[in-house]
Order: sequence, then structure tokens, then C-alpha cells
Amino acid sequence: MNTILEVKDLTMDFGGLRALDHLDLNVVEGEIAAIIGPNGAGKTTFFNCITGIYNPTEGEVLISPPGKKRKKINGLKPNRVTENGMARTFQNIRLFPDMTVLENVMIGRHCRTSSGIVGAILRGRSTNKEEKEIVDFSYNILKKTSLSHLVNELAKNLPYGAQRRLEIARAMATEPFLLLLDEPAAGMNPQETRELDELITRIRDEESISILMIEHDMKLVMSLSDRIFVMDYGRKIAQGSPYDIINNPVVIKAYLGEDIYA
Amino acid sequence: MSFRDDKIQEIKKSLLVSIWFMFLTFPIMVIRVNPIEKAVEWRWENMLVVGIGSFLLSFVWRYMLKKKEAGEKRAEIGESGNTFLIQKILEEPRFCIPLLITLTIIAVAFPFIFSMYQTNIMTTALMYVVLGLGLNIVVGLAGLLDLGYVAFYAVGAYCYALLNHHFGLGFWSVLPIGAVLGFIFGILLGFPVLRLRGDYLAIVTLGFGEIIRLVLENWNEFSFGPSGIANIDRPAFWDFQFSLQNATIYLYFLMIGLTLFTIFVVNRLQNSRIGRAWIALREDETACQAMGIDKTRTKLTAFALGATWAGMVGVIFAAKTTFINPASFTFLESAMILSIVVLGGMGSILGVIIGALILILLPEYLRVFSDYRMLLFGAIMVIMMVFRPQGIITNIRRRYKFNE
Amino acid sequence: MEYFFELILGGLTRGSIYALIALGYTMVYGIVELINFAHGEIYMIGAFTALIFTSVLTLLGFNEIAVIVLASLLAVIYSSAYGYTVEKIAYKPLRNAPRLSPLISAIGMSIFLQNYVLLAQTSDFLPFPNLIPEFEFIKPYRHIIGSPEIIILLTTSIAMVLLTFLIKFTRIGKAMRATAQDRNMAMLVGVNVNRVISITFIIGSALAALGGVLIASHVGQINFYIGFIAGIKAFTAAVLGGIGSIPGAVLGALVLGLTESFATGYVSSDYEDVFAFGLLVLILIFRPAGILGRAAAQKV
Repeated sequence: MNTILEVKDLTMDFGGLRALDHLDLNVVEGEIAAIIGPNGAGKTTFFNCITGIYNPTEGEVLISPPGKKRKKINGLKPNRVTENGMARTFQNIRLFPDMTVLENVMIGRHCRTSSGIVGAILRGRSTNKEEKEIVDFSYNILKKTSLSHLVNELAKNLPYGAQRRLEIARAMATEPFLLLLDEPAAGMNPQETRELDELITRIRDEESISILMIEHDMKLVMSLSDRIFVMDYGRKIAQGSPYDIINNPVVIKAYLGEDIYA
Repeated sequence: MSFRDDKIQEIKKSLLVSIWFMFLTFPIMVIRVNPIEKAVEWRWENMLVVGIGSFLLSFVWRYMLKKKEAGEKRAEIGESGNTFLIQKILEEPRFCIPLLITLTIIAVAFPFIFSMYQTNIMTTALMYVVLGLGLNIVVGLAGLLDLGYVAFYAVGAYCYALLNHHFGLGFWSVLPIGAVLGFIFGILLGFPVLRLRGDYLAIVTLGFGEIIRLVLENWNEFSFGPSGIANIDRPAFWDFQFSLQNATIYLYFLMIGLTLFTIFVVNRLQNSRIGRAWIALREDETACQAMGIDKTRTKLTAFALGATWAGMVGVIFAAKTTFINPASFTFLESAMILSIVVLGGMGSILGVIIGALILILLPEYLRVFSDYRMLLFGAIMVIMMVFRPQGIITNIRRRYKFNE
Repeated sequence: MEYFFELILGGLTRGSIYALIALGYTMVYGIVELINFAHGEIYMIGAFTALIFTSVLTLLGFNEIAVIVLASLLAVIYSSAYGYTVEKIAYKPLRNAPRLSPLISAIGMSIFLQNYVLLAQTSDFLPFPNLIPEFEFIKPYRHIIGSPEIIILLTTSIAMVLLTFLIKFTRIGKAMRATAQDRNMAMLVGVNVNRVISITFIIGSALAALGGVLIASHVGQINFYIGFIAGIKAFTAAVLGGIGSIPGAVLGALVLGLTESFATGYVSSDYEDVFAFGLLVLILIFRPAGILGRAAAQKV
């Protein structure tokens, strides 16, 4: 199996505070991996470091997109990271509220298309063709994420669960090889969570996009993940299959407590 | 609480507001001193006006606040916001097409029916329409608050004035130069400042605008200082120079042409790949960048494109007035263009056109307003932000149809 | 050498007045994250109110000291009232609006107040009486320092000390610091945030009025437009020092005052305002956090 994301020795300091402490982590092609850990463990900081929002103090982030060469991406701007094939969602939903659902997804196509100002004004044949491709591609993703009935709604008017799905759809539009989901199930009701479970599995199986997610919903994590990383105080304290993790005394002691399935 | 108690409470509140404002405005409104003659003038009648005015306005204010809150609640449960009647009419093709035809006829006939003075005013109004549409790209679409927009307008105007003065270049050859120069200045100024956060960006652009004006005022060798440049040529048609009256009409149609061109361009842009990126940038910068959009480049295109239009209108302004000096390019000019965009509706083409026509024509035709013009502009910015931040015309996003 | 000291003293005097206005910007920004564009106008209204009441009180036959004290006091009261009202009308309804909305509203308010004074009073420059008496003991040193400078420096220092005390040691000061840190959290632990914001505007406006009275009497003339330039300069000072930081505002104001003083003294006075604007642009581009401020981490 190919490793597609390799994080080595990642450290992030904010002033005197060490948010990430020599973290190693990797994701292999085709897996669903999860990062768990108590609040403030540094999970979102980790995402921000590997997506270019923060520039890590130390360490390396390497990607090997399927069929492409290995590449170091730390220090790149967020948009370059996305262009390189890693797309993310946000813990506190960050859609474009006054744009329609379709347009939100169309934004995701931006980095895969190229027409500029002149093209937009003249609207020549190639621009038109590209525009049509953007629309079709985006609509197709909306169908896959069961949002196609909401195409022309404004994003801000969507119910909560649909907003979370739309964020995933938008990220998918950038054609990533790895999707980073930051607490995708936060605030969802059981029904929505079940649908999310299905959606994530489908994305992996049908779109062959690997997934790395931060999640607190242990039931979802246990049922979905192939591997789990446990973080605490900016460090990785354990990793392994769901089975390993629930039986790992360090994890139980540090974080899960005895009542994980209570 | 009964209905009557409610009423009494409301009146009490308004009474308090009224007393408060009478107190507040007492020194400025009532007393006027003449420090040279050591005389004091008491204008008690003003206090009465303020008292009654604020008493009534406070009812309106509270009523509108309540209405807005109710509107927000409705929006939360998914109902769309309230739109003005005019917007509903325009969305109806049945009304829209005849309306457009009528407008075209009026626009074409205007200079032949009305006096030169009126035509001139209309040309000015159209200039502000174009300036508003240009600034709308920057503020309305890309969400970059540019308070130094007038600087690019000045660049265009001085570009024509100086090239005309020194080298005798004509209007038509300078118009594209003005546009390009606006674009270049937009990039030059935009490059360092565009990574700043929204409110800092506003202040820096304001600073740049003022610097350009102050330089124009003080660098006599270059810009002829505060006395400005006079005798700038009016636009000619090839080599043919018009009489004053025909030149006015010519300029009017030129502005109509430029307005249509601007509408065409902005309309195409806002539903394009770039236009969507601008709007996304306005909505959420971080998310926008995380979706693969180059923030700096996208901002820069919006900024420079807005500047291009200001540069073009600047050239026309110089050609129209045949005289320019730095006093035409103060911050208040930027603020005026901004209030056009704010009133009309950020991001909405139709809104900006209506906004410009209201704000420029109203003070011209209703003399009562002309003294209070700037007061009105200031008040409009506050009132619009408080009660209707989306402007008169809400910008409606394009809808797509799929047949499946 | 004497010219050099003159410039330093001139710079400090200028700077301390900027400081009085800059504090209002910094405090408001610290608490509501808003550039209170209308703050310069509050200062201008302070100066106008002082001028008006000075004339009226003099005509009514009050003695000199009483006129100074009463006029300054009224200027402070009125400016505070304006600051309070402006906040209630133009900013409070926009507490939860997107960031640009209150800024636009503030610009509108600033233009409105300018034109309100223009229309109700005059567009001409009005001579402002010199309110600061000439001290006997200073006479021998007049070529170095005059009483206006002394009074300005003294008033500013006292105001700073009082403000620092207020913020560090009083209950309301603690509430202000809490609100600046996290408004929602402060609200949850029972701080009346609206009151804190109102008080911040009132204090800031009072300081601005003080600055208005001092500078007007120092310069000797006012008009409706003085607030705009002074406002921008004071804002420059606040940013220079690190917006949100109170000692920063004072430091920034002194730096700006000295820069201007030297620039006009040694280079050219034509470009006096260009120096200030240039400094503002440079500082925002290269060190937006200012001298004393720390770069804030972006929250995602």
C-alpha cells in the first residue's frame, strides 16, 4: 500500500506554547483514518499546519499523490496545498453563506480551471465550454452528496446537516486524493450521522478519495476508521486499529476513560 | 401590560429621546458665536425643530428596528427577505421589456428635449454610475473596502490633463492610456496593501488617496499645484472639434456608451469564474483560500479592475470640465461613491445605477437637498447599514436549471 | 542645538495631544474591534463646544479661570454625550453584523457630524481664544518652553495616570479588560457588556474633548474639518503603538509627534500630512501589530 501523506516530526509553537510536539503520522491510499483526542489536544492545529494555514515550526509534511512524485508541502499557501490535492472542511462550518449551493461547489472547481478576466468578458467558446464543465461537474457532486434538490438555495438557508454535507461536496470539487474532515459529525442528529457514515464510506469506495478526519463521535469513528491516531497535549500517544485503540491502556487512561461504550 | 400602557411607554421613550437630543444639540444648533465681534446669536427655534424632529424620528427608528428584527427571524426559518416592489417588477419580463424600451427612448431623446444644463447633469450622473459600478467590483463583489478610490480617478484625470497640456494628445488616445494607468496604479498600490485585514485595508487606501492628493497639491512642477490645469481639450470626433453644445451632447452619448459597456462587463464578470472567486473571497477569506483560490491574485484583479474604470472616468471628467485641480479629489468624493454603492446594494448592478441616480440627481433637482447633500450621504450610510445592509436592490445570484 | 530642543518639545506637545485622541481609538478598538471613524469628529465637537461656551460665559461676565474650567468641563460633558449617542445609533445595532458594516456606518457618522457642524455653525475658520494663562515663573525660560506646552504636557500626563489607574484597579476597568479579551465570555460571567462599551465610548470621547480644547487653544483656530486630519493622525498613532494597547497609543502618539516635528523642521512643512499618512501606510504594511502589539494568531 502506498503512503500518500507522511508527516514527520511536526512541531508547532505559539510563542512559548507548544501546540504540536514532534508528531509523526501517515495515511495510506484508500484508508479512512481518524484522529481523536481530548479538546485542546492540537488536532485542529495539526490540520491547520498540514493545509498551510499555519507554517509549522519544525518537521516535514510530504505528500505522494497517486501517480505523482513525492512532494514537500509545508510552507506552501493553503491554496497551493489544495491544488496539490488535499482539501479540507472546517470545524465551525465555513461556507459562502450568500452564494447558492451550486456556486459553493463551483468555487471548488476554481483551481482546476483557468479562464481569466478577458475570457469572462468575451465569453469565447473555450470559456463557455469550461463554464459548462464546471456546472456539470459540480451538479454531479451535489447528486452524489444528495444535495441536488437544493442547487439554487442560498447556503445560509440550509439545515445544519446539509451545510456539513455541502462543505464536503465543496472540498470534493477540488478533486483531492485526500480529504481532511474536521469534526464532520459535530452537531448532527443520529439520523444525519448515519447518512454521513454512508457518505464517507461511499466517497472512499466510489471516488477513491482517502480520508483523514478529526471526530469526537466515537461510534462513528469506530465504525468507519481503518486506523485511529490518538493525540494528547500535542503528542501522538497511540495509533492502531479501532480494536487496538479501545484496548490500549494508555489511551484509556489518558483520554477515553473506562466507559467508552457505555 | 395593556395596549394603552404600551402606547404610553412608547411616548415616554420618545419624549426622553427628544429631551436628550435637545440637550445634545443645544450648543451647536442653538448658539452661534461670532468671536470677532464678540456677539452671540441665540437660535431657540432650532431647539424646537430638533425636539419635535427627534420625537417623531425615534418612533420611526424603533419601528424600523422592530421590523428588521422580525425580518431576521423570518430569514432564520428559511423565508426569503423582503424585496422592494421595484425589484419584483423588474424580475417580471412582462414589465421589464417595455420598461427597457421606454428607458432607451428617454435616454436617446434626452439631450434633444432638455437643455444643455440638464444634459450636463445627466452626464455627471452617468459618470457616477460608472464610478459606482467600478467601485462595486472592489467593495460589492470582492468585499474590499477601498476608501481611496478617488485616487485612481485623479490618476485618470491628471493623465489626460497633463498629456493634453504638454503634448497635445487628444481625448481618444488618452482614454485607453488612462485606463491602463489606472490599472497599473491599482496593481502598484494594491500589491503591498491587499494582504491587510478589511478595516486596515480601508484605512491604508484612505491614506494612499490622501497622499496622492497632497502630492498633487504640493508638487507644483508636476501638477501645477492647487491652481490646477485649465483649458483641457474637449473630446473631438477624429479631427473634428464640436461646438460647446454639440460637445455636451457628444459627451452625453459617450457616457451612455461607457455605461452600457460597464454594465455589460460587470454583468459578465460577476457570473464568471473570477467573479465567483471575488464573492467567495468576500464571504469567507479563509475558506476561499482553502478551496484553492489564490487570495492575493484574486484581490489584485478586483482592485486593479476597479481602478481601471476610475481611470477611464477620470479622463472623461477632465475632458468634460476642461479644468481640474486637486480639490476635486478629496476623501469626500470617495465617500460619495461609496455611499452610492452602499445605498444601491453591494454587488448589485441595478442597485448601484439607481443609487447613483438618486444620490446625484436628487440634490441637483431638489434645491432643498443640495445644501444638505453631504449630510444626507453620511446619514444614508448609517441608516442603510443599520436597517438594510443589502441596499435597495438585493443582489440575486444566478439560478441554474437542470432537467433531470 | 536650541532649535533641536524646540523641535523635541514641539513634537512632544503635538504627540501628547495625539495621545489623548489616540486613546479613544485604541480603547474602542480593543473592546469592539471597530475603527471608530467618527472619533475625530467628537474631538472637533469638543473644540466647538468649548469655543461656544467660552464666548457665552465671557459675555455673561465670568472671570477668566471660571470660564476656562467651565468651558472645558462642558466640552468634556458634551463630547462624552455625543460619543455615547453615536455608539447607540450607529454601532450598537450592528454588534453582530459583518465587520465592514459598522466601519461603513462609522464613516457615514463621521461625514454626518462634520456636515452637521458645518451647517449649524460655519465653514469658516473661527479664532479660538487662548485659554491657557501665561505663568509668571515660566517667563525667564520662555524661549525654551511656554505655558501652553507645560499645561498640555501636564494635562496629558495626569489623564494617562488616571486612565491607567481606572483600567488597572477599578471594577469597571476589570470589566473593560474582560470584555476586550472575550466579549461573550464576559457576558456569561455577568459583565454588562453594553454598559462597558458605552463607558468606553464616554471615556474615549472625554479624552478627545480634552485634546480638542488644548489643541484649539494652542493653535488658535478651528473649523468643522479639523477632526478628520486629527482623527487619521491619532489613528496612525494608535496603530503605530499597537492598536488595543493603551501604553502603545501614548508611545505611538509621541513617536508620531516627534517624527512630524522633525520632518517639518528639517525637511519641509508642505508635506506635513504626507509624513503622517506615509508613516501610517508603512506601519500597516510592515508591522500591522505596531510597536507594542503582538501579532494575533488567526483563528480557524
